[in-house]
Amino acid sequence: MNISIDVKDIDSQVRVSVKGEIDAYTAPKLRETIFPLSEKENVNMVIDLTEVAYMDSTGLGVFVGLFKSIRSHDGEFRLVGLSERLRRLFEITGLADIIDIKSDTEGGLE
Amino acid sequence: MSQYYDYIEMKIPAKPEFIGVIRLTLSGIASRMGFSYDDIEDLKIATSEACTNAVQHAYKDDEKGEVKIGFGLYQDRLEVMVADNGQSCDFDEVRQGLGPYENGQSVEFLREGGLGLYLIESLMDEVKIHQNEGVTLFMTKFVEGEQVEMDAETIST
Repeated sequence: MNISIDVKDIDSQVRVSVKGEIDAYTAPKLRETIFPLSEKENVNMVIDLTEVAYMDSTGLGVFVGLFKSIRSHDGEFRLVGLSERLRRLFEITGLADIIDIKSDTEGGLE
Repeated sequence: MSQYYDYIEMKIPAKPEFIGVIRLTLSGIASRMGFSYDDIEDLKIATSEACTNAVQHAYKDDEKGEVKIGFGLYQDRLEVMVADNGQSCDFDEVRQGLGPYENGQSVEFLREGGLGLYLIESLMDEVKIHQNEGVTLFMTKFVEGEQVEMDAETIST
């Protein structure tokens, strides 16, 4: 029931790795940690969700907020390492067609 | 449908840190009943969404609220009840504007919340909402394959 968030700045790309569960308790922490990074101009952010064991609509809300903020600052936003379960969540809600999501992490590790 | 069933009930303070505890309990109950991995994950999300709604909307001004969660264990299905006795909100209003995102929607108008009830309805087989003092949500998921058998029985009689 905990979350750990690791942020690295490599070659002008912000790489975030999230571990643990994203729910009503941990989502605010996720938002507080990452949101300020989304407000810079032209930010290129990749979030790796490989080690996210659980996520619900509170997590979707955080990512929608980030996506909006980054887009309004002409940046790029990608989610990588999605499990089948996470992918399904994005598909059911229609977000898979809006936000760039990938199951592998290669795009984020290049 | 008055078959024998077991009933388990829990009460948690209306605080988000306890929603994970409900998920753990639910996992134990659902795996005992023979639900598949995917169905257990669906149940976890739906139940957490209901608890999140109860915690976030029902007790905006009062931090001392409680959320009651009941599990009805039937042979063929699990019924989950989530009840708060806080200030009831207008569910019809909440319901409006819910639903999936649509492709082509302008980015700045994407909603950042309100997906909870939509997910519950997508992931569970039956959902009922009762509203009196607070809001009570009843949701049912059938153990895979059982629902088909039941329907077949109904037809043959």
